[in-house]
Amino acid sequence: MTILVIAEHDNKAVAPATLNTVAAAVKIGGDVHVLVAGVGVGAVAEAAAKIAGVAKVLVADNAAYAHQLPENVAPLVAELGKSYSHILAAATSNGKNILPRVAAALDVDQISEIISVESADTFKRPIYAGNAIATVQSNAAVKVITVRATGFDPVAADGGSAAVEAVSAAHDAGLSSFVGEELAKSDRPELTAAKIVVSGGRGMQNGDNFKHLYELADKLGAAVGASRAAVDAGFVPNDMQVGQTGKIVAPQLYIAVGISGAIQHLAGMKDSKVIVAINKDEEAPIFQVADYGLVADLFEAVPELTKLV
Amino acid sequence: MKVLVAVKRVVDYNVKVRVKADNSGVDLANVKMSMNPFCEIAVEEAVRLKEKGVATEIVVVSIGPSTAQEQLRTALALGADRAILVESAEDLTSLAVAKLLKAVVDKEQPSLVILGKQAIDSDNNQTGQMLAALSGYGQGTFASKVEVAGDTVAVTREIDGGAQTVSLKLPAIVTTDLRLNEPRYASLPNIMKAKKKPLEVLTPDALGVSTASTNKTLKVEAPAARSAGIKVKSVAELVEKLKNEAKVI
Repeated sequence: MTILVIAEHDNKAVAPATLNTVAAAVKIGGDVHVLVAGVGVGAVAEAAAKIAGVAKVLVADNAAYAHQLPENVAPLVAELGKSYSHILAAATSNGKNILPRVAAALDVDQISEIISVESADTFKRPIYAGNAIATVQSNAAVKVITVRATGFDPVAADGGSAAVEAVSAAHDAGLSSFVGEELAKSDRPELTAAKIVVSGGRGMQNGDNFKHLYELADKLGAAVGASRAAVDAGFVPNDMQVGQTGKIVAPQLYIAVGISGAIQHLAGMKDSKVIVAINKDEEAPIFQVADYGLVADLFEAVPELTKLV
Repeated sequence: MKVLVAVKRVVDYNVKVRVKADNSGVDLANVKMSMNPFCEIAVEEAVRLKEKGVATEIVVVSIGPSTAQEQLRTALALGADRAILVESAEDLTSLAVAKLLKAVVDKEQPSLVILGKQAIDSDNNQTGQMLAALSGYGQGTFASKVEVAGDTVAVTREIDGGAQTVSLKLPAIVTTDLRLNEPRYASLPNIMKAKKKPLEVLTPDALGVSTASTNKTLKVEAPAARSAGIKVKSVAELVEKLKNEAKVI
């Protein structure tokens, strides 16, 4: 068995989710190869070669792969993937965009967002917003799988010494082109990788009030998230959304402030080790999953908490 | 231009589902079913394109049991012109659905196909991408903005770090994200009118598509329950617990 892992990167550095994906590949067993497709990705390939457990790094350096357009990257992955037993990618917006296209090209069903490896062909994944866990078996010749990063502890970023091999295949479907992007800037840790996450909901009342959460987060070295209600109300940008349709996080500590705890929100954070809820409504469903609940006005409790930690 | 919209009948998003005692699946007997929320957004976007004069006809398609006609009628009441049901009683995988949709796309030749980004039951997030691959079209997934200009469509997509805009040649596939629009409600007169709109029923066999799957669900379980927590009285007590009991700060 040889497993192909699609590296998640921005042409400059390997994203942490790649380390969790390699961890899932190691659990399946067999040689692990990593594909780095992009443009000017020398540094990414070098970093990928150092990841513990990786046997080989394939590098496809071509202008057509610059922005990971699925129309160009998927045919490359499908072509290379034919000789592998498994193709894995992180369940990031990129992985979710590309991998189903690969699966269809190979005429196999995909398994999305696995949270555990039972055996080389059997995996567990959440369905119905995490309210049920399905055990799925694949008898496909090539198993195409996306990996939920929070389900696997990352492998070490150093210690490996994989061979790096260039791939010459170029695919430019000419169906799509990159126009531009607008990335939210933040000095705080990345939401999906943070050890502590502080999230605000509708109870924050407006965007300015999120400053209370930023102050607390900076004191704790935490990332700041939000519920869909807070995003839809325009308090914060949508890439801060935690939930079924946003990001899935599983930090050591999740502090939910002014969040009622709808099913869709819980789907994104209920695997956190410790959950704290601060809400003035003691009937809020969030208290059913919180390890520590505080029924209080957040505008008094959060500044006090910032002072005390 | 013609726009095709795919909709799915799923358990209503407000329902707290229960796993069956024999672990064969989720209990859907006597549970409220609705149109998948992302599909509602897809229908709304198509109707808005028609209102802008970009789209000339909206065809809505669903693949599933005969009861999915209810969701098709809802889409017709929202502004779709006609409906197609590909009737299949079995639980189909995303790839099988994508293959059936490809057959419908071949038949209807739409310029744009709009789907939801994921169904809230299987949480797969695959069908749109698979349909794009099978049709050989470009894909604009997780769309928060769609602008058709001539023979291209500009799609602004929600990505992990923010937003990205891509330009796709038509025909193309777009999958909707939550922030694309706010779906309207169907008015009573429109619900009545929708009953008279055409609804064609097809079968996978008639479309010549095999729905065989390479995946098998062995069992479905309830997730591990979290042990009950405690309520603290003050912020000071909370900090004390986090430091000394949970040891997370």
